[in-house]
Amino acid sequence: MSGEPILSVEQLTMRFGGIVAVQDLSFAAERKKITALIGPNGAGKTTVFNCITGFYKPSGGAIRLTHDDSRQIALERLNDFRIAKQAKVARTFQNIRLFPGMTALENLMVAQHNALMRASGFTFLGLIGVPTYRDAEKQAIALATDWLKRINLLDRADDAAGNLAYGDQRRLEIARAMCTGPALLCLDEPAAGLNARESAALSELLLSIRNELGTSILLIEHDMSVVMEISDHIVVMDHGVKIAEGSPRAVRDDPKVIAAYLGTDEEEAVAVMESGS
Amino acid sequence: MTVTPHETTKASRTADIPFLLKTAFINALIALVLFSLMIGIRTEAGSDGQLTYWTRFGDLASIVAAVFGGSIVIELLRQWIGPTGAEKLVPPAVQSGISFIGHYLAPALLIFTLLVPVIFYNQRYILDLAILVLTYVMLGWGLNVVVGLAGLLDLGYVAFYAVGAYSYGLLATSFGWSFWICLPLAGILAAFWGVLLGFPVLRLRGDYLAIVTLAFGEIIRLVIINWQDLTGGPNGVSGIPRPTFFGIPLDNSDDGLAAKLGIEYSPTHRIVFLFYLILALALLTNWVTIRLRRLPIGRAWEALREDEVACRALGINTTTTKLTAFATGAMFGGFAGAFFATRQGFISPESFTFQESALVLAIVVLGGMGSQLGVALAALTMIGGFELFRSLENYRMLVFGMAMVLIMIWRPRGIIGHRAPTVYLTKAQAISSDLVKEGHG
Repeated sequence: MSGEPILSVEQLTMRFGGIVAVQDLSFAAERKKITALIGPNGAGKTTVFNCITGFYKPSGGAIRLTHDDSRQIALERLNDFRIAKQAKVARTFQNIRLFPGMTALENLMVAQHNALMRASGFTFLGLIGVPTYRDAEKQAIALATDWLKRINLLDRADDAAGNLAYGDQRRLEIARAMCTGPALLCLDEPAAGLNARESAALSELLLSIRNELGTSILLIEHDMSVVMEISDHIVVMDHGVKIAEGSPRAVRDDPKVIAAYLGTDEEEAVAVMESGS
Repeated sequence: MTVTPHETTKASRTADIPFLLKTAFINALIALVLFSLMIGIRTEAGSDGQLTYWTRFGDLASIVAAVFGGSIVIELLRQWIGPTGAEKLVPPAVQSGISFIGHYLAPALLIFTLLVPVIFYNQRYILDLAILVLTYVMLGWGLNVVVGLAGLLDLGYVAFYAVGAYSYGLLATSFGWSFWICLPLAGILAAFWGVLLGFPVLRLRGDYLAIVTLAFGEIIRLVIINWQDLTGGPNGVSGIPRPTFFGIPLDNSDDGLAAKLGIEYSPTHRIVFLFYLILALALLTNWVTIRLRRLPIGRAWEALREDEVACRALGINTTTTKLTAFATGAMFGGFAGAFFATRQGFISPESFTFQESALVLAIVVLGGMGSQLGVALAALTMIGGFELFRSLENYRMLVFGMAMVLIMIWRPRGIIGHRAPTVYLTKAQAISSDLVKEGHG
């Protein structure tokens, strides 16, 4: 393996009052790989996400992010916006959270806030219109345009994000996260509510993000066709603990996983388990 | 596809006469219950202190009939306008209308405003009214940053107006500093208080934010009343120097501007000067706000109004973003306050009551939150319109209130409710008000 994993989660525990949502979870996400976090509903996947992206403060454990220059950041010590700004972890949401009243282009411009803020001299230089800011804005628009091309939404650039079709909104949210220039992209159920064709387009987009840009991806997903197709590594959770981990093939054949998650037919799952053990 | 819902509403329109009558009947019934005691029976203390009363059932009947007729008219109007919020896209006709207005109305208004002192040179009343309207335009534009762009409901905006006015009043009377030195100071002090208010309310949303800002406005006023040593308490600050034309006074003396220019002195000179002063300040507010909207900070304000959680996920520091919104809005309020002080020459706490905050907020809401032109039109309507109905005497508030209600039925998101994008690739399209969030505060 090439160096350290980009993200390593060690004995992460998250309690809400008496309820233990995540218990001693440890896993690692490899650099420039797609890691999937799967499990039945209520397994604690989104809680793990919220801990990684700073929306929850973990009750215990460590989350370590290692950048390309081997700079290490303890994510559990940073809170909300600093994780995106300093640690360069971007995320999307299970229920889409675009800025519906702003255009697709504006959504992508807001994502480049921190870079543009510096270029505008924290507003003061931008207010008097210094040329360096104008150049920075042009570059930001170019980056946004590039992403709109990638997600095939260039002709809808000036439409309000709230007016886009559901599948387009999903892709726009991923593009917006990518416009922050992340080292790690966390996607919470990106294929939810997409039809087969849109799912295929999504898989292609995520693979191009990994292959062309070398961005590491961590995703939660229920759509098994997407997960099995694009994931390099799969972590399976159930009831807040890790029950399996490995390559897509290994996970697919794991009887525990079949029983917990893939086994839609109960009798079949039991039969598989018995034959396995 | 798009025709079908239109046709169904048309069909239901004609079929709904029983519904219309039912609504009108219920409204009339409510009016009957309410007004039977308020209007139907009149009580008064008699000559010996005993209770005398008499009935006015004729008046009651006419009121109830008016409510009955009025609710039919309103319901018909509503159906004629069509369901609000049904269409997510701004229709092309409205789009072109909006761009037409955007292209021509604002410059036309600006040119007219520039010419007001020329046209109405001999009408002191109109000039005074124009100065008042412009003051509220400026306050509206200032509050628009906080409420319209950042989506933070601020009910205590008058506090910053007061801070600006007292900053200038006290600095000018105590140290004799000139208006042009005090003006930026008033803005800076007001911005400072804006940040100070911002800190405790950062975590508050919606109603809670509104209540705390309301309290802040009252606290400032009460401090001004009670801190007699500094502010003169209820007696206010008097003898505030008039503004000078960059050091040249606008008076009848030999050093005055009129004498220096070799023209005959007229008190109107000062009024005209004040007019252009507030116009310049208001235009500065407008220019800065328009520019800020196109800068990352302005986009972050609007993004904050749309979705705060998403902002945090994108690495935007929501704390400083909110504080800058409060500070910017407060700063413009402070400028307007300094102007108010120099115009009046006398300030007292009575000028900074909650009613002022409510009026400015009403201007922003009526204008369409976030729209600069809308706020200017709303200030003109609210302040100018109120004066327009002066001849109606006692019925002024009634007529004015009815006009407001009608506007809010017709345009629930304000006169200009749509949002103009801050950046575009090919064509700037107006965004329908249905998509634009009002913010969480």
